[in-house]
Amino acid sequence: MDILVYGTVNSVTFALIALGFTLVYGVSRIPNFAHGSIYVLVGFLTYSFINDLTLNYPLAVFISLIIASIIGLIIYRFILIRLRGLPASEIIASFAVGLIILEGLRLQGIGGFKGFIGPFYMLPNFIEGKVCILGVFVNYQRLIIIGAGLAMIVGMSIFTHYTKLGLSLRAIAQDEHAAMMLGVNSDRTAMISMSIGSALAGLAAVTILPLGNITPEMGYHVLIYALAICIIGGLGSWWGAVFASFLLGFSMKLSTALFGAMWESVVLVGTIIFILLVKPSGLLGKQKEFEERV
Amino acid sequence: MVENLSKAFGGVQAVLNVSFALKKGDILGIIGPNGSGKTTLANLTTGFVKPDRGTVRFKARDITGAPPHKIANLGLTRTFQVMRPYHSLSAYKNLIVPLNSPRVRQTRGGKLGDTDAVAIDILEEIGFERDARVPYKIAGSLPLGYLKRLELGRCFALNPEVIICDEIFSGLSMSEITSMIPLLERIQMDGVTLVMIEHRLRELFRLADRVIVMNFGQKIAEGIPQEVMEDPEVKKAYLGRERA
Amino acid sequence: MDRSIKVRTEGLYALSSWTEMLYLILPRALLIVGLLTLPLLLDMYWQRVLCAAGIYALLALGFDLLAEYVGLVCLGGAFFIGSGGYISGLLNAHLGWSALFCIPIATLGGAIFSTLVLIPALRLRGIYFAIISFMFPMFARYIIIALSIFGGTEGISALGTLPNVWTEIYLILVVVIIALFAIRRLVNEDIGLILRGIKDNDQAVKASGINITSYKIKAVFIASLLGSFGGAYLSHLYGWLGISLFAMDFSILPIAASVMGGMGTLAGPVLGAFALTPLSEALRGFGQLRVVIYCFILIGFIVYKPEGLLNYFQRKYHQFELWETV
Repeated sequence: MDILVYGTVNSVTFALIALGFTLVYGVSRIPNFAHGSIYVLVGFLTYSFINDLTLNYPLAVFISLIIASIIGLIIYRFILIRLRGLPASEIIASFAVGLIILEGLRLQGIGGFKGFIGPFYMLPNFIEGKVCILGVFVNYQRLIIIGAGLAMIVGMSIFTHYTKLGLSLRAIAQDEHAAMMLGVNSDRTAMISMSIGSALAGLAAVTILPLGNITPEMGYHVLIYALAICIIGGLGSWWGAVFASFLLGFSMKLSTALFGAMWESVVLVGTIIFILLVKPSGLLGKQKEFEERV
Repeated sequence: MVENLSKAFGGVQAVLNVSFALKKGDILGIIGPNGSGKTTLANLTTGFVKPDRGTVRFKARDITGAPPHKIANLGLTRTFQVMRPYHSLSAYKNLIVPLNSPRVRQTRGGKLGDTDAVAIDILEEIGFERDARVPYKIAGSLPLGYLKRLELGRCFALNPEVIICDEIFSGLSMSEITSMIPLLERIQMDGVTLVMIEHRLRELFRLADRVIVMNFGQKIAEGIPQEVMEDPEVKKAYLGRERA
Repeated sequence: MDRSIKVRTEGLYALSSWTEMLYLILPRALLIVGLLTLPLLLDMYWQRVLCAAGIYALLALGFDLLAEYVGLVCLGGAFFIGSGGYISGLLNAHLGWSALFCIPIATLGGAIFSTLVLIPALRLRGIYFAIISFMFPMFARYIIIALSIFGGTEGISALGTLPNVWTEIYLILVVVIIALFAIRRLVNEDIGLILRGIKDNDQAVKASGINITSYKIKAVFIASLLGSFGGAYLSHLYGWLGISLFAMDFSILPIAASVMGGMGTLAGPVLGAFALTPLSEALRGFGQLRVVIYCFILIGFIVYKPEGLLNYFQRKYHQFELWETV
């Protein structure tokens, strides 16, 4: 029974992390390798807002999310925009930005900035306490994670199907040239998708981080998990990422229960390799193996 | 040789139930309005796209859905409509690539001693003037006429049995086309079967022995050029309902 | 054209005098001589840095080969280092073979292993290779830590080292020089041309009867040979192996060195590595700031001067020559 509950929490956690990345890639074909860094940055920003500036929790969260989207936008506008169409450079550049953020958070002694070293940084839970579901004690934070995840999935679905902005995102995702001919501005859309993607990363951060502590290293792990989920689900496929999160979330918890926690990583790697060999474009991937350039 | 090929892309039925047979040494033309599925047909036949239904047979072997390089190695080659030579390499170096394929190794018996020389010779056969040092120019800087010949050369280097030319005349001026026709005829006389997907009907009809007409993914006529052009279905396809 | 020249070069120079010959040979000679005499001038600490630079140079060379000549962006050079390093160290620790014996075996073994593992990503579009290569070093770390194999987080120490200091230095430098010239030769050989064709237009290569996956595998194998050698060498340089062999540093610095040095020139990345590594050592005092700095440099180059330094200087060098001969 606890597998069911913890599996769900784990899956939604993965979904929260991966969806921001998949949105950006799906819409503008930009692999945002700074995704993990934005996650961590939001965590630390919220922490600072709460502790150093003593803002109240929701306000701190709100401001951090806004900052995250602005950063996403800036990354696109000033760096990635010049590199559109060169996937190698996009990856390298976004990764470099990510590194600057992550390693920058570890700096000490620059202008009085004390780096964030050590496992002492934690965000408090939104609501303390536990509740008992199906015979398992689950604390409220985990429920919030599930709630946030569902809200994100549902919210984004509504956004992309019913709002003009969302529809333009979908249009570009499906066929960039056609959308451009209809008047959708590709650069502007890319900036918007980067902002939303980064905000989603931030959202993931504020809901998940209270469960543990915040360290800059997490940036790398988050990025890797996001990439893994996106590959399994199909790069650029929103529902693929959701599906893959659940697949992986449950199988990892299952393997822990059956074989012990050590094998989780093996399950992760194994699933990726398996998917690459069997259905390389991912579970729901629409992208063909080779680009049709004829 | 090709039977009942069907392929749909998403909601669009690109090719539906197309069958045709290729006679050795023929020049077969494939014509039809834009979007009628001609290029998709070429892709399906040469392994670049896998068909939903139907089979492709070549020399008594089923090659449906086989990978493109294997199909090319059997002798069924094609040119690309959108020209993209290896632009960082000079023209003759472009030909080194096909000269390294397993097919060439087999048919010419062992590794070629001097692939450069062979490449340049092939280019000369196709019409690159050796003394003007055209073969040494960077492929990206060559004008279109030469690029088309280079594409042809790419296929030719493989000692092919069939070359599917996808709109090889497109973008060329009248005089360039006129100078290419003898080249194609010569290739045919060497024993190569040609399939030409074209829009330039007049020129095509001078060359083609038989013609297939496609419209909306289906084959609507087949036969010798004169007959086909009289066919009311064909007229309707090209000219629209009222005029026919 | 003079058919007796069997080696293809990018440009043919009409050599009409000894001075012109010298002019051409000079940069290359300078490189070789410079590298080989450098160790004599440096003290122990900087000699070690030179060795490390050599390792990064091999990685940068591999990265450049894959990225500019095949179209595969490899973000995980650390994986090659780790494979070579672990295999060599394990052979040494468990079977007791000497370091000089283990290194070649580990180079080959590491290359085979890394290539095998990367094969699933080779059939797919470039971005998959980039992502997978990025993930693998981290996965290797996770698995080693989680399963506590191969020494887990502590690693294995007290490995055999190389006979003496001079062997250490010259081994790596000679390998770097040989690798550089070998690969420069390779890219003009038939196999190199095919790889470049794959980067430019892989559909046409397929239509020319060539199995591109098998060529990509060959290219990855070559690049991984370089990296695995570096890793095997490294584990015996310090006599220790651990998960730090899969560190991100090994993946990033070669990329920065390549972009800065000039992608596509092969020599540029090597020089870039020899320049960045000491720089990074010198900045060690600043802690994490140095990573931040290289990233800024990296971004600056990628966005504003993607051709890199060597390409720029090469152009200027040859342009200068044009003036002279008038």
